[in-house]
Amino acid sequence: MNLLETRQLKKYFGDTHAVDGVDFSVRQGEVLALIGANGAGKTTLVNVISGLLRPDGGTIRFQAVDVTHQSIHDRIKAGIARSFQLVNLFDQLTCLDNVALTVFAREGKTQRLMTLAERDRPVLDEALELLRQFGLEPKARMTAAGLAQGERKLLDVAVAYALRPRLLFLDEPTSGVSTREKAPIMDIITSIVRSGKVTAVIIEHDMDVVFTYSDRIVVMHEGKILADGTPEEIRRNEQVTTTLLGTSAPR
Amino acid sequence: MRQKVLTYAAPIAVALAAVPFVLPPYQTILLSYGLIMAIAALGFNLLLGYTGLLSFGHSAYFGVGAYAAAFLVKYAGITSIEAFLLGGLIASALVSAIFGFICVRHTRIFFSILALALSQVLWSLALKLFWVTGGTDGLRVPTPTLLGGLVQTTGDKLVFLSRTYYYLVLVVFGISVAVMWLIVHSPFGKALQAIRDNETRAEFVGVEVRKYRWIAFLVSGVFTGLAGTLWVPLNGLTTPDVLYWPFSGEIVFLTVLGGFRTFSGPIVGAVAFNYLKSYAVGLTVYWQFLLGVVLVVLVLALPSGIVGTLSQLRGRLARSAWHEPA
Repeated sequence: MNLLETRQLKKYFGDTHAVDGVDFSVRQGEVLALIGANGAGKTTLVNVISGLLRPDGGTIRFQAVDVTHQSIHDRIKAGIARSFQLVNLFDQLTCLDNVALTVFAREGKTQRLMTLAERDRPVLDEALELLRQFGLEPKARMTAAGLAQGERKLLDVAVAYALRPRLLFLDEPTSGVSTREKAPIMDIITSIVRSGKVTAVIIEHDMDVVFTYSDRIVVMHEGKILADGTPEEIRRNEQVTTTLLGTSAPR
Repeated sequence: MRQKVLTYAAPIAVALAAVPFVLPPYQTILLSYGLIMAIAALGFNLLLGYTGLLSFGHSAYFGVGAYAAAFLVKYAGITSIEAFLLGGLIASALVSAIFGFICVRHTRIFFSILALALSQVLWSLALKLFWVTGGTDGLRVPTPTLLGGLVQTTGDKLVFLSRTYYYLVLVVFGISVAVMWLIVHSPFGKALQAIRDNETRAEFVGVEVRKYRWIAFLVSGVFTGLAGTLWVPLNGLTTPDVLYWPFSGEIVFLTVLGGFRTFSGPIVGAVAFNYLKSYAVGLTVYWQFLLGVVLVVLVLALPSGIVGTLSQLRGRLARSAWHEPA
């Protein structure tokens, strides 16, 4: 069953057709990798689906409901969350506050002016538990700005995950971290996502990560879907290997 | 946290309560002015320090608070401080709600200039509608009555202002500090800090950025208006000067002087600036020049403000003590 479907989705920037009539679907419960060269339109597609950009055409349906013209907030309430290509955190807040704020927002408690945030034990306990799952509990009282890049990436995902989404977009969760750190980060993220039964779309350039952690791969090229299939099908797809991966297939 | 707050707040509260018995009336009244400006600075810093919005138009809300009290005297013959406070709160809430609705649609320099422009509209109205506002002469506000007329001035205005009115200011200041402390440590306060740090991400965790900015603007304006209402009986007169942009500049300056990245910075900055200004005026006719030089030196020497610099020094001392061999 498809959780998300786009039909003829378009986003143009002048003459550049960043997303050009894309029919894209995400199935319930899968970890899907969205790949493509720089400028293929992957991030723009996610920006349009998440509500950051307005589409120039087409429709977006989430859980069979048309969300094309919904606000970011309505999409979050419906269950769409995302992390960002460049780490987007609240740098002067502690790691705990970064996650706790998201829980407060999810619970509709951020409108409370006259209660102390630190007194809300259920929210703080949930935030601490999330930090523990992401291996960040020892850094709970440290400001986000003080974290190493790999930890910042994990916190970025933890903040999005704290919204308890049904569909989570992860834009390059391992970019900017060392090769050695990539596998542990992806292990943590995918195990949490799979155990929480969250559907995930991962935009990624590292083909080892893509082929190791995804159930299905969608390849984009110049604003269009070039291929869609299992890792094995994509590995054998000559059109993909010549336009995207070069002549040799990934290991 | 409660322990920490009580450790600092309790001795300061006791010291402030003892001021009328220790200092001469003039010094007590001077401190009243400082505490009133501190309320305005607390409100202003909810926008600057916690929401990341620099307003160059906060004279508007201070002035509205002051003129609300003056209008009650002139047009309703009311001299009760309770009525002044209620009128000031309502008027400043109304004006800041409207101005805020317009301003928070923009950020950065556009927000600052729009806030400035709107404050100048009020200033020009206060000047031009002289039959209503008294024009450049302003409006006089007599010494008010307290507790619905139970407490009145006995004739010696200086004693009333340096005792009874000082304690009223102190109580309102204490309540203002407590309320603002609660706000900045509430989930709402955390949401404002998130907006300050990263507006886009705040939107993507479900914080309605524009709405929260508007509420912060409203609260900020009400605090500043409250300060204006408390200020006018102490000053005895309100003129369009309190609506003019240099007064907004003073609020910005004293907040930065104290340190806008700390909760207590604006309070310390307001009191310090008030003393500096008063003594500069008493020293020379070129007081603005003298004050300017002193303030430039202070800002260059203490870039993170008085409280910010003290915190850094304390941190350095703690670290050096930690590394010192036994």
